[in-house]
Amino acid sequence: MTPTITFELNGKPTSVPIESDTPLLYVLRNQLGIKGPRFGCGLGQCGACTVLINGVAARSCSVPAEGAAATQVTTLEGLASRGPRTQALEARHVVQQAFIDEQAAQCGYCLNGWIMTAVALLEADPEADDARIRGALSDLKCRCGAHVSILRAVKRAAVLWRKVRK
Amino acid sequence: MSPSSPAGGFWTRRDFLGVAGGLVVLFSAPPSLRAQAPVTPDWKESIPADRVDSWLALLDDGRVVAAVGKIEAGMGVSTAFVQIVADELRVDMECVVLVMGDTASTVDQRGTGSSNGIVEGGSALRKAAAAAHHHLLGLAAEQLGVGVEALAVNAGVVTTTLRPGVGVTYAQLVKGRKLELALPKGVETKSPEHYRYVGKPVPRIDIPPKVHGSYEYLVDFVLPAMVHARVVRPPQAGATLLGVPPDFSSPGLIEVVTQGNFVAVVCEQEFQAVRAARSLVPRWSTPAPRFPGSYGELYTHLAAGNPGVSESADTVGSVDEGLQASARVLQARYEFPFQSHACMGPGCGVAEVKEDSATVWMGGQKPYSLRRAVAKLLGLKPGRVRVVWMAGPGSYGMNDADDAAMDAAFLSARVRRPVRVQYSREEGTAWDPKGPPLVVTMRGGLSTTGAVTAFDYEARGFSGRLRASSTEEPGDSLLGQMLGGWKAKSTDRFQFSTETYRFPAKRLTSHLLPWDHALPTGLRTAHLRDPDGMATCFASECFVDELAAAAGMDPVQFRIQYLSDQRDRDIVHAAASRAGWESRPSPNPAPGSAATRRGRGIAYAPRNGTTVAIVTEVAVDTTTGRVRVERFVVAHDCGFVINPASLQGTIEANLIQGLSRALHEAVAFTSTAVTSTDWLSYPILDMTEVPQAIDIEIVNNRPDRPSTGAGEPATRPIAASIGNAIYDALGVRVRRIPFTPESILNQLKPTPSA
Repeated sequence: MTPTITFELNGKPTSVPIESDTPLLYVLRNQLGIKGPRFGCGLGQCGACTVLINGVAARSCSVPAEGAAATQVTTLEGLASRGPRTQALEARHVVQQAFIDEQAAQCGYCLNGWIMTAVALLEADPEADDARIRGALSDLKCRCGAHVSILRAVKRAAVLWRKVRK
Repeated sequence: MSPSSPAGGFWTRRDFLGVAGGLVVLFSAPPSLRAQAPVTPDWKESIPADRVDSWLALLDDGRVVAAVGKIEAGMGVSTAFVQIVADELRVDMECVVLVMGDTASTVDQRGTGSSNGIVEGGSALRKAAAAAHHHLLGLAAEQLGVGVEALAVNAGVVTTTLRPGVGVTYAQLVKGRKLELALPKGVETKSPEHYRYVGKPVPRIDIPPKVHGSYEYLVDFVLPAMVHARVVRPPQAGATLLGVPPDFSSPGLIEVVTQGNFVAVVCEQEFQAVRAARSLVPRWSTPAPRFPGSYGELYTHLAAGNPGVSESADTVGSVDEGLQASARVLQARYEFPFQSHACMGPGCGVAEVKEDSATVWMGGQKPYSLRRAVAKLLGLKPGRVRVVWMAGPGSYGMNDADDAAMDAAFLSARVRRPVRVQYSREEGTAWDPKGPPLVVTMRGGLSTTGAVTAFDYEARGFSGRLRASSTEEPGDSLLGQMLGGWKAKSTDRFQFSTETYRFPAKRLTSHLLPWDHALPTGLRTAHLRDPDGMATCFASECFVDELAAAAGMDPVQFRIQYLSDQRDRDIVHAAASRAGWESRPSPNPAPGSAATRRGRGIAYAPRNGTTVAIVTEVAVDTTTGRVRVERFVVAHDCGFVINPASLQGTIEANLIQGLSRALHEAVAFTSTAVTSTDWLSYPILDMTEVPQAIDIEIVNNRPDRPSTGAGEPATRPIAASIGNAIYDALGVRVRRIPFTPESILNQLKPTPSA
């Protein structure tokens, strides 16, 4: 019999049948229509598949789906409702807004990992400075070399975050 | 992005099915339905480049479809295309939807490569849009009963001052029909001073959907009834398949497909395929070693082995006589390793092969040639094959995207279901085509007064087109090599440095050694961003620095003295000037503390009409051997810039990827296998190593200068510039890439106080 897990996905109660040991990434992408987290290595080394599980950045390629049972999972798609958001007409999560403002992408395949990890960082440490930001992002990969714009974006996001929270 | 609101200008290839019966056909159904759209598989052999309607279609809802034979590799060229079309047609950018790289609906421009997106795609779209604009003005003049000169166009509405309040839209003029119009030879394009978008830092249209997770990548593409495949690779290079367990079973398994040395599992669900591939243990032969046992052995082989072919270039006077007559002769050997594309996402391909037709969705740069290879593989006419580009995980030349697409086509034909192939990280790093290694012996002579008397560059390497730069034949792909019976269309690509130094005697020689036996292995050589450029420039520009140091001259002055091209002199000067370059010879007389030495270096290189100079400032930790780049200063001349913001991002990314390649990257191998298999065994740069400062000086950005391409040129001088900065800091020359802590410490050992 196929077991079913229940968890909260981007704020919505979700039940999904899973095959044992299937990583969360495959369940999200192939069964739940979530496309933000992407397969990059399957080894937890690159971060392209990052999601937040109970607010902590996790590599969904290396988390068995069972591990998400009874948790709150946030993906790239759920950031705007998670907040903090910009006050603009088209309200976005401040980190996503900062990435757009700084034009922080080349191919964008890895972008999910940077954005989700930056959200987790700033939720825990909204005062993060250059060194702490670099450190927190140091085990993510970007092959195109978009690091410079990404670093600018996360610094900008930190400023926006503090402004919105005040 | 929802198909009904293409704000920002994207349309997936599947939406646009070209023109049928004179009417533009555009599917705007939801993605799941679009995939099932009844598409006639009688696709045209080719789309004629000399028709305006091949490039543009005006829809009756006011949108403009622009179709181009290029792809978006992540540098923002799609935004530039939309800027160009919107400007020439006088419409809002938001109205333009872009189709790229679909063999059924775009002109075969040979895909993207050699930084030619703007050069070829941009100019074609500009001409077509300008021709369409003139044509539409003619129609409007007729309809409004006024002369063309009395017309003005704004946002796709034609008005005339002679009849205020009366106007006609493009859509009303065209009425949903295609633009039956030949592309005139000479067509008057918009005067640059009237550009509304071109030349401006317009935000990239692809970034918001990428940030929101709604940009559609190839890996997101799903077909009804699609099944999933994984390929199983041999443990040793060149191993032949002896068999697979006949009773192999695994949940969801549809078939274990074997042919020749190709093995794949096809399963209903994706992770079932991952599991099956992990648990299947085929029997393989134990072949004789195909590779040298180490980089030491490889470089010795390159330096001493018999070349298959050789070529000389840029020969002036007699180098041998020049060297003989010199007061001092310098000689040095430079070494550059195999490097991997190691794209963020390993290769992916989706194919639906039917009885007499095939559609392949791929993420590579050259869909048009791939179509011919797929047709040959499946025994179909090219007209029965459609290849559709979708965004991949970055693309820096000939990566593993075409291989995955070929696998998908082969497997779909075998199992008669739509098949998605996703490579593993190990395949993406250990089995992708590699940038070739290179050994260059440099010799130079100086007179008693320090003038250069002779300059000799002798490169020995493997052709970077052993694995062809486009997949024309099944044998060009790894699939064809594994199946056996298919030949690769390998060609010789000689490895010359590019520079415009004028010396009394000068000679460049390139020897190519045979490497064909690597074709079915993870060390087959292919184009990697700026093919051969970083390696050849590393040798040449570092040795120029050696000559300058031996002559006791400042490296900038030395270059300017010997460069023959004014633009090249200007670019070197611009970089130095922006960097606040202090004129003095290297090494740095005051490099700082014994523990941390600082230095600066410069290197320059022209590439296909673009020219770039980079100043690098480094700090070298003499205890750990760690090299840290603190600042890059780039002077970049690619002529007229379509989008300065995108260009900045592209240059920065070239610098960071180049820095990664220079500091970290060498594919590891043993005599029997590639042992770089993931991000631990093939490390790349991380965020802590990103320089604190990057200054970019754009030179000659004027409308009267042709746009010459920026996708790769800034990659070329990076390793040389860093190498020269390391020499300036340490007073010792490191001539092997990558500049690892070990190699720095090794160089410091014999002369610790040098």
